[in-house]
Amino acid sequence: MAADKLMDYDAALELFEPVLGFEVHVELGTKTKMFSHAPNVFGSEPNTNVTPVCLGLPGSLPVVNEQAVRYSISLGLALGCQIAASSRFARKNYFYPDNPKNYQISQYDEPIAFEGSVEIELPDGSLRTIPIERAHMEEDAGKLTHLGGSGGRIQGASSSLVDYNRAGVPLVEIVTHPIFGTEALAPEVGRAYVGAIRDIVLSLGISEAKMERGNLRCDANVSLRPRGQEKLGTRTETKNVNSLRSVERAVRYEIQRQAAILAEGGTITQETRHWHEDTGVTSSGRPKSDADDYRYFPEPDLLPVVPSAELVEQLRSELPEQPLARRRRLKADWGFTDLEFQDVANGGLVDVVEATIAAGSSPAAARKWWTGEISRRANADGVEVTEVIQPERVAEIAALVEAGTLTDKLARQVLEGVIAGEGTAQEVVDARGLAVVSDDGALIAAVDEALAAQPDVLAKIRDGKVQAAGAIIGSVMKAMRGQADAARVRELVLERAAAE
Amino acid sequence: MSGIVGLTAAQLAERLGAGEVSSVEATSAHLDRIAAVDGDVNAFLHVSDHALEVARSIDDRRAAGEELGPLAGVPLAIKDVLVTTDMPSTSGSRILEGYMSPYDATVVARSRAAGLVPLGKTNMDEFAMGSSTEHSAFGPTRNPWDLSRIPGGSGGGSAAAVAAFEAPLALGSDTGGSIRQPAHVTGTVGVKPTYGAVSRYGSIALASSLDQVGPVSRTVLDAGLLQDIVQGHDRFDSTSLTTQWPSMAEAAREGARGDVLDGLRVGIVRQLGGEGFQAGVRQRFTETVEMLQAAGAEVVEVDAPHFEYAVAAYYLILPAEASSNLAKFDSVRFGLRVEPAGATSEQMMSATREAGFGPEVKRRIILGTYALSSGYYAAYYGSAQKVRTLIQRDFSAAFAQVDVLVSPTAPTTAFPLGERVNDPLAMYLNDVTTIPANLAGIPGISVPIGLAPEDSLPVGLQIMAPAYRDDRLYRVGAAVEALVENALGGTLISRAPALGGAR
Repeated sequence: MAADKLMDYDAALELFEPVLGFEVHVELGTKTKMFSHAPNVFGSEPNTNVTPVCLGLPGSLPVVNEQAVRYSISLGLALGCQIAASSRFARKNYFYPDNPKNYQISQYDEPIAFEGSVEIELPDGSLRTIPIERAHMEEDAGKLTHLGGSGGRIQGASSSLVDYNRAGVPLVEIVTHPIFGTEALAPEVGRAYVGAIRDIVLSLGISEAKMERGNLRCDANVSLRPRGQEKLGTRTETKNVNSLRSVERAVRYEIQRQAAILAEGGTITQETRHWHEDTGVTSSGRPKSDADDYRYFPEPDLLPVVPSAELVEQLRSELPEQPLARRRRLKADWGFTDLEFQDVANGGLVDVVEATIAAGSSPAAARKWWTGEISRRANADGVEVTEVIQPERVAEIAALVEAGTLTDKLARQVLEGVIAGEGTAQEVVDARGLAVVSDDGALIAAVDEALAAQPDVLAKIRDGKVQAAGAIIGSVMKAMRGQADAARVRELVLERAAAE
Repeated sequence: MSGIVGLTAAQLAERLGAGEVSSVEATSAHLDRIAAVDGDVNAFLHVSDHALEVARSIDDRRAAGEELGPLAGVPLAIKDVLVTTDMPSTSGSRILEGYMSPYDATVVARSRAAGLVPLGKTNMDEFAMGSSTEHSAFGPTRNPWDLSRIPGGSGGGSAAAVAAFEAPLALGSDTGGSIRQPAHVTGTVGVKPTYGAVSRYGSIALASSLDQVGPVSRTVLDAGLLQDIVQGHDRFDSTSLTTQWPSMAEAAREGARGDVLDGLRVGIVRQLGGEGFQAGVRQRFTETVEMLQAAGAEVVEVDAPHFEYAVAAYYLILPAEASSNLAKFDSVRFGLRVEPAGATSEQMMSATREAGFGPEVKRRIILGTYALSSGYYAAYYGSAQKVRTLIQRDFSAAFAQVDVLVSPTAPTTAFPLGERVNDPLAMYLNDVTTIPANLAGIPGISVPIGLAPEDSLPVGLQIMAPAYRDDRLYRVGAAVEALVENALGGTLISRAPALGGAR
């Protein structure tokens, strides 16, 4: 594969205006598939989650999953869309081995949701509105694995295996209108938009939205037009963009690649391109044109989807707060700096921090625990933070620190105990005997002993060299195995030294 | 026809219930009949290996005192368009030769649950495309009235099996007349229920918006008994109606008592008769209308101006839907696979479809693909859908004036095998009378009314009722049947020639 010629990014922006468009596919987390009662589960043995319907066997017929319709309506509402009083499924006809019926049941001229917008926040904190054209329901295809040949692609493969577990998984495809005026921020806009869709989907609880698993897939359309030109340039559609970072990189790459071609008087081929995460480039897929003929026609096996006004209003009333609005509200409530809040948000920790604060912790302590020790452990074990510890337990530990019962160092030991399943924070403190020794009697005895053992230090202190007290404090803390409040020990050292 | 096979399903069911005959005896008698005559008729593509076993289990259950349904123990022939777990399901196509379905069609499952005994799978035009059964990949079925003639289609196998006394009952499917037209040419009864009255789940789709499964029998009552078993909502078919249907058998019994014709408003559709209709067909039709009048029916002529576009619209909608429905036959998951050396998956699909589909299927896939193509969609598929709406309005206007509409079921009696097989337009025009009901989703029945004088071949009367009023068809159909039987001094089917040298 010959390396593409790229134009310097800033130079490209001087000559051309980028226009973006995104198609984001969201796999819905329903129990069963879009049109059959086959389980909608990731990671099963190939071809086990299938029925005659998802295999397209002769005589089989689709039946619409009502939960998928409800999820789609909720998503449409969260995208600010209008919900169609009546929408229809259509058949998109094309032959491909992962497409069991050789038509995909999708929606064409009558999508369930249309004309909305999504507010996004860019890294500099500025807001932008992305216009949504439509969100429609459809079914996913199966998964092909190509054997032999080059690089797992169908071209040159000696044979291909098909897994239909994914065939028929419910999808919502969200299509934007062309996005103008992003200028040099185009890559950041792309990333923030897909991130916003992910956050919305997660807030609705309708998908796991894991890009690496394909729960959320982004096709990025990029075109350039020379400055001052009205007519849109030819676009490419980049697929296989499986992370937010890739969205940003792929958009930037396409801008640089297309600019280099256009600047030399070349033309852009309208085509599907594939993003390669490892090499950071896009490569040509199949040519695509508006003349691609899918022979759409209304799906005669299904009735129109006619949600009642009551259902739509009920779903509207059940919508959670918009993630962006919520984030802005929480950031203000918690008094976090931009950087602090980003730490929390980027780590996917907003919910747990919120729950921890609700359980009584201070915002600062909650943030510190979750972004620090807990995230470290989750990363090390490759698990979700919520699998490490419950927010309530974290709040308990934070409260013990607040009350002076635990030092930070002791608190980390308590956390370890809680994670190890030794009980509540208090139970761990009791069982391990980790509480700060607040009994002055015991502390005084230890201080006296240390002073007696180090008469030279005592002399220095008496001479007014207060900093010498550090050695005594150290000895006392060691004797107390760390379970003492260092500030109190210091007070006692100075008091006892003076008393002699 | 004497003996067990000569009994109607209702008569057989009565004897089974009374313990006068066992299901094993009834099933054996029909299997023997098949063995004797099906070499000539070729109604069956597959005869069940375990029909007797099933019959025995029904007998055992009856002997154990179990309460069984009204048709328990009665043999049933099943059109090969319906998938079955215990017999191959080919839809008359080479591409599905030997295909075993992992599930039963809903109508098959309901028939089994009702204790009917599947005898075998009946022949049909490939994927139900045709009006003569000549498009079957496995050879044509012959008309029991004249073995040189077609038994109708696509469900010629089911109609011929019933007409030849190889089965008392059969299941068929009707997309543009595939139940009614074979009934017409074989002197039997066929019903296309209201669209959605009977589940399509497990019926290998031809044109989803037109296909409807229904009963094939020798009497109206028998058809009603079978429809009672298979009708009703199926959660696996989104287009199946949730209507609570009355008993069609009860409606047939009421109709047979005769008084339903008194004051019945009957409409003759001007566009479904006259020129182009065989003289003997017109004659029997006219006589039947006169009998209806004599029985007190009020007969008027009604106009359905858009029916003249019905065949054209049908031959756009059907191929369009079929081109998509038949896309799944690609060899990837099931069925025939033709894989030239070094072929890509696309070439494999193409080679399989080239080898596996017959010429009529290919013709319609090409037609449909064209009709749906970008740039042609509005002119073809779009216009056809508009015509469909206009035809529905014609029916609504007609049913505002009359209770039922009648016409000859088909323009001619059974034509000779080979006569039209290479003339698709002539073949398509044979469905001119039956197609409107499919386009409008309304129910229709064909009831035998006599033999055309010029060729002594059966003629049927088509009766159509508004959607959801299948019971009216059964009521009126049974009344007509009684009038005809009275006029002929016996059933028409009793005049069918003997087959296989035995009568």
